[in-house]
Amino acid sequence: MAEKIRIVHYLNQFFAQVGGEEKGGIGPGFKPGPIGPGRALQQPLAEYGEVVATFFCGDNYFAEHPQEATEELLRQMASVDPQLLIAGPAFESGRYGVACGAICQAAQERLGIQAVTGMSEENAGTALYRKLVYIIDSGSSVARMAPVLQRMVALGRKLVKGAPLGRPDEEGYFPRGIKRNSFAAKPPAERAVDMLLAKIRGEPFQSEIAPPQFQHIKPAGAIRDLSSAVIALVTDGGLVPEGNPDRMEPGRPTRFATIPVTGVNRLDPKEFDVVHSGYDTASANQDPHRLVPLDVMRELEQQGVIGKLHESIHATGGAHAAVDNATRIGEQIAQRLKSAGVTGVILTST
Amino acid sequence: MVQICTMIPVAKEVGSLRAMASGGIVSPTGNPELPPDKEKEFRRNLVMQALQILQEDVRE
Repeated sequence: MAEKIRIVHYLNQFFAQVGGEEKGGIGPGFKPGPIGPGRALQQPLAEYGEVVATFFCGDNYFAEHPQEATEELLRQMASVDPQLLIAGPAFESGRYGVACGAICQAAQERLGIQAVTGMSEENAGTALYRKLVYIIDSGSSVARMAPVLQRMVALGRKLVKGAPLGRPDEEGYFPRGIKRNSFAAKPPAERAVDMLLAKIRGEPFQSEIAPPQFQHIKPAGAIRDLSSAVIALVTDGGLVPEGNPDRMEPGRPTRFATIPVTGVNRLDPKEFDVVHSGYDTASANQDPHRLVPLDVMRELEQQGVIGKLHESIHATGGAHAAVDNATRIGEQIAQRLKSAGVTGVILTST
Repeated sequence: MVQICTMIPVAKEVGSLRAMASGGIVSPTGNPELPPDKEKEFRRNLVMQALQILQEDVRE
């Protein structure tokens, strides 16, 4: 019987059962064998493979120290002599998805092993790593953990065996931008007309071109005279007035909060809440200036470093925000600020 | 617009080219490990850096 494929599984602190957001700052570590979802990974492997160890790292630690985390994880992984890395799946968790993409790329390049991860299409990790790493489209529902892991493991096995892969939509991974020539039944002109007719009739059709990237944004010009500039503070860390009167949602937000700050020199923690399901909000709740630097900005205004601090802080949340909603919210806030004569923005993101 | 954040590659990927490093995921403009007066100084330095970036042209 062929030897079992030696697999290592990467999880964040939550799925590795170390803790929730409050443990987001822990550094890399590992436990022997499969942990948590790793058991659903081990199950379809049967006699083909074995999860020899589960590696983990806090999502915040990885985001804040990506080089150190990667070095340490690679060092630890190398010691168990793996052939395949399965990372996640991360679904919609952005920090986790970026960490999965990064550790897979590093394992491929530095350990020379195969790697597969999984996450949703809008995960930040997908945009960054789809061309470098095989990313299974997990969709957004964590309830699909088991079938997603099965797809990841099936792809991983093919990679380890050197077996030919099907098209991305057949194997379930995001297209990597690799073009492979193949013969089609109909010439391209006919296929194009078929697609157009289907589109006009409102019928489904399969485009042959990769999806568009994020639209190109031209960066604003530099501020020439800071001492006369009107600067506005914006955040996606979920700061809201106490009681959340604008009813901003803690996850998948569709709204933003407008916080008037005329005559306000300090943000009193008792007058604010932090509504954001994607990070540990304890320290921001303790001192909102850790999220929006109003105290410093007001002093700089009084000292004449900037001309004026804009009368409102605009705040929304970034937890699993749909790109469409986030774009619309950003445009709405930008429009308000432009109409009010704001010349520059400091955006603070968690 | 200048963005004070942790995940700078993500910011740049979506076109936020004036992205700069923050005090961390849970405290972009703070550092809870510092005593209050030092933390405010840390914040002030961060904001001054942000204002400096607003005054610089950025290449796409």
